[in-house]
Parts: sequence; C-alpha cells; structure tokens
Amino acid sequence: MSDRGQAGHSGPEPVAVRVLKLSDFRSYPSLSLRLDAPLVAFVGPNGAGKTNLLEAVSLLTPGRGLRRAAYGEILRLGGAERWAVSAVLEHGAAETRLGTGWERPAPGGSDQGRIVRVDGADVPSAEALLDHLRILWITPAMDGLFTGPAGDRRRFLDRLVLAVDPEHGRRSREFERLLTSRNRLLEEGAASSWCDAVEAELAGRGVAIALARAETVALLSARIAERSAGSAFPAAGLSLTGEFEPLLAGRSAAEVELAYRRALRDGRERDRAARRTLLGPHRSDLDVVFAEKAVPAALSSTGEQKALLIGLVLAQADLVAATSGMTPILLLDEIAAHLDPNRRAALFARLSALGVQALMTGTDPLLFEHLPEPGLRFRVEDGGAAPIRGA
Amino acid sequence: MKTSTIGPEIERLIQLLARLPGLGPRSARRAALHLMKRRESLLEPLARATAEAAAAVKVCSVCGNVDTRDPCSVCTDPRRDPATLVVVEDVGDLWALERAGATRGRYHVLGGTLSPLDGIGPDDLSIAPLVARVAAGGIDEVILAVNATVEGQTTAHYITDQLAGTAARVTRLAHGVPVGGELDYLDDGTLAAAMRSRTPF
Ligand SMILES: Nc1ncnc2c1ncn2[C@@H]1O[C@H](COP(=O)(O)OP(=O)(O)OP(=O)(O)O)[C@@H](O)[C@H]1O
Ligand SMILES: [Mg+2]
Ligand SMILES: [Zn+2]
Repeated sequence: MSDRGQAGHSGPEPVAVRVLKLSDFRSYPSLSLRLDAPLVAFVGPNGAGKTNLLEAVSLLTPGRGLRRAAYGEILRLGGAERWAVSAVLEHGAAETRLGTGWERPAPGGSDQGRIVRVDGADVPSAEALLDHLRILWITPAMDGLFTGPAGDRRRFLDRLVLAVDPEHGRRSREFERLLTSRNRLLEEGAASSWCDAVEAELAGRGVAIALARAETVALLSARIAERSAGSAFPAAGLSLTGEFEPLLAGRSAAEVELAYRRALRDGRERDRAARRTLLGPHRSDLDVVFAEKAVPAALSSTGEQKALLIGLVLAQADLVAATSGMTPILLLDEIAAHLDPNRRAALFARLSALGVQALMTGTDPLLFEHLPEPGLRFRVEDGGAAPIRGA
Repeated sequence: MKTSTIGPEIERLIQLLARLPGLGPRSARRAALHLMKRRESLLEPLARATAEAAAAVKVCSVCGNVDTRDPCSVCTDPRRDPATLVVVEDVGDLWALERAGATRGRYHVLGGTLSPLDGIGPDDLSIAPLVARVAAGGIDEVILAVNATVEGQTTAHYITDQLAGTAARVTRLAHGVPVGGELDYLDDGTLAAAMRSRTPF
C-alpha cells in the first residue's frame, strides 16, 4: 500500500504529471511540456509522435511501457546513446521528480537495464514508482484483446492487479523464474528432493498470484455493478477460468498451496514429457462477457468490444483510486476516433467525474472540440508539441 | 579500441582488474592508471600484499571461511557457541554478520545457492558437509541466514528438508531483510535485528 493519501474520508489524492521532459526518445531529440490540465489532448497527423509521448509517460511505471518495446528500440535513431524521460509529478500540494532512462551498453559491456530515479536518487527497482503514481492505458493494439490469445488477457489482468497490489510484479517474476527452473530440473532428471524445494517455492507464489487476481476481479466486478447502470459503457462480466481456478474454491490459502504442491509432484512425469508445467496460474484466462446481453465479449461487435474495454478501464481507474488513495493517470491512445459524439462526451464527463488526469491522442482536433474545461490541446509535429489556443 | 598502444604488461593488469566485481573495462583502466601513477605508495605495496595473501590464504576445512589458518579463527575461538550454526551463502555474508557482531554462533558457508538456471545443484554446494556436521551432534539450532531471493529461499527449503531427520532446530532470518535483499548490503543494525527476530522455518 502507498504511504500517502488516506483513502476513504477525503477521497483519493489527485495525481498529475505537470512537466514532461524527453531526450533522445524516439522521434524527440529533446522536449519539455507543461501539462497544466486534467484532460490533455495531443493532435497531429499520422507519424507526428503522439503515441511516442504516451509511451514516454507509460515508462514511469514498472514494465516495458505501452508498446512493450525493447529499450534499444526507443533510442532516437541517428547516433543517440541514451534516452531519458523525466516528469514533475504533482500530488496534492507536493511535487515529486521521477525519471527513467536507458543507456546503450559499451561494446563488450552488459545492458544495465533501465535506471529509475525518484527525486534525483537512484532506486533499486522500478517498483518504487508505484509509491508515487498509477498509470493505466488503452491502445489500439488492445482492440483484439477479447478475441486474441489468453496470454494477452493474462498480461492485461496482471497489470490491473499490479495497480491494486504493487507486490504482484515481484511475485510474478519470481514465479516465472521458478517455473523455468522446474522445467529445467525435470528435463535434466534432477533429484526429487531438489524438485520438492523448487515446487514448494513455486506453489507459494502461484497461489499468491491466483488469489491476488481473484481479489482484483472481485473488487472490479463490484465497482462495475455499482457504476454501470445507465452508463454509455456497458458492464463487463468478469471471471477467471482455467484448470487451476477450481483448486482455489472453498479452501484456505495454505490448503491450496499444499494441493498445488501435491499436484505438481504427481504431475512430474506428464510435465517432463510435455516439456513444460501444465498446471498453474500461468495458464489461467480472464473470461469477459457483455453482461447485459450475456454474450461473450469475443462475439460482440467491434464497437461493443471497444466500449466494454473502456468501461473496464474506467472501472479500474475508480478501483485504483479507492485502493491506492491516488487517482491514476490514464493514457488513451486514439480513443476518441472510435466513439460516436455521444459516447465521446460521456467519456469526457466520466473522466472529469473520476478526477483523473487523462492524456489522449487523435488525428483530428475536432474530436476534442468539446473537451471540458480546463482542458488542454496540443498540436504535435516536427519533434515538438505546441498548445492550441482558443476554443 | 587502440589497445595496441599499451604494453602487454599493463594490458594484462587492466584485464585482470576488469574481472573484479563492480569494475567494468572503463573503470579498470582508470584504476590501473591510478595505480601506476602511485607506483611507490600504492602499486608496489599492493603487489606485495597480493603476493603475501596468495601465499597465506586458506579455506577453512570446517566452515568454508577464508582466512590465513585452517581451521579459521572463528572455528577455533573457544568463546563461540558450538551449539548454534549460522548458514550463509558466501564468505561475504559471513564477514557482514561478523562486522555487525550479529551472532555468537559458528558458521557454515554454502558457496552459493541452488540455481537450476545457472546449473548449480546440491552437489556444487557445501550441503552434504553441512548435513554431516549437524548429524554429528552437538548443534541445537541451525540458522539459515540466506538472502531473501528466490534462489536463497529455495536453498533454505532444500536444506530444511535435508535436516529434517536431525535433532537440530532449523530457523531463518525473519523481519528486516528486505525482499530481494542481500545480506552483504544491509547495514549492521538491520542485520543484528534480523538475527534476533528469526523464526522457525
Ligand atoms: N527510435 C526512433 N527514433 C526516431 N524516430 C522514431 C523512433 N521510433 C519511432 N520513430 C518515429 O516516430 C514516429 C511515430 O510516432 P508515433 O507512433 O508517436 O506517431 P503518431 O503520432 O502516434 O501517429 P499515428 O497517428 O499514426 O498513430 C514515426 O514517424 C517513426 O518513424
Ligand atoms: Mg499513434
Ligand atoms: Zn571455519
């Protein structure tokens, strides 16, 4: 949990990026922007660099950002050796400086990963950023979320969980590492006692992951039920599915852990043959239905799917604000273009009501004509961004 | 890189320095230059100290500590409590606990952690000698002072299983050791507190 913002009595503390600076970040040699508004729109033609700006902000949270790009790919083409993103974050009356960057390793040197700084001091892990802000995003790449592979939905869900429970990232990384270890041990026919030790640790993390996901899904479902009546964004019915999920029902965490350990032990021969671990939360899926119609999201229309996704992320924003005590920052790439004028107005109204800062992009300034005050629009072009004056 | 402009003796020094933990090729060059500029005050004393250490260094056959005598000075110290055995990953951790004065017990150095991904198994670590030491009797408590990493915790689990048949109580460091933390990097107060607040595994 965060050490700031007492959720409950006074409501979540508003958190916003006030200054954003980039250097040698994709198409930007150097840029400094003041973002003095809750709702900010970046407009400009294709290739202008709008998504690049959102990607920069998305790197102020753990993970590889909204494009999941390799850090070397972000480096501005044309000789740059390091890129950096820094931001002045405003929360309540206080300000925090956040920074992150990456340097191309020297020949023969090793990749040092990305550096993260809070108020000028290096922090050992990007997870420290979660003490200061939460970031959620919707990108066009997520349009196929409900029809695509389960892995994409799992990753989406895990990001939702991370915003509620910052421990989830470490837990997931450790689980992955233990999983790879176990598969290696089985392949090499290692001693049973060694497998036991790895499986014991694996089971602990695996059950914690499953429980954290179940908790987030339950909290989110409750929010959706509360808020979606009469909303422009339809309610999503959420459930976790997979072979692992039934193991959780009606048992204490300790019992589930034991059951999972036993199942892993019994499944060694099968897993050895399959060359992977067949049972576990790494194979779960997030099942989404269009609740009102009781139709699976995957069978819903393109527009319905988009509206479901937006509704889901708005509910998540609400949940994150309540659980972390901070309003999340929303990155909404090309979101307005998909919505009819009524839904667009509903989206802006909902964002205002949530009190979040939302950074949005679009090719047409008219999409943001009715941005509620105080809104801010930027024209993005030629490696820069300039405010558009007047209404 | 224009390495050919430097004599082979100096190049060799740089290459060896670059293999030290925390020194990359760039800082190794800087360190070599620093040494050579201070030939009498630093380079020659360092060469002598290195040669003397190389001649005298011994690995303790009881606990795995590095010292100039075998058994080491901790193992031969009559004031240490022979009934308490503190298990650490490497000598650096042993030294960190000694600096902090965190325990009156004796040590056992594993020489690493179980790591399937790095090809390190039970036979590569000093686990069988540990089990033999405990099975020989006279040890009431085994404290697993391993790092709070996945590998450290897996190793702790494995050792606990291996010691299940013995009379010793197995405990581990509890609070104060940050997740993913390495003992060597903790301040002395945190280490001592962690040692005091250990829990049954
Ligand atoms: N590493 C890089 N170095 C320099 N330029 C880059 C780099 N990576 C991407 N670009 C450039 O950035 C531009 C893409 O920017 P971005 O994706 O932000 O555009 P956009 O404004 O979102 O466009 P669209 O409306 O099509 O989504 C492209 O022109 C691309 O050539
Ligand atoms: Mg774009
Ligand atoms: Zn010794």
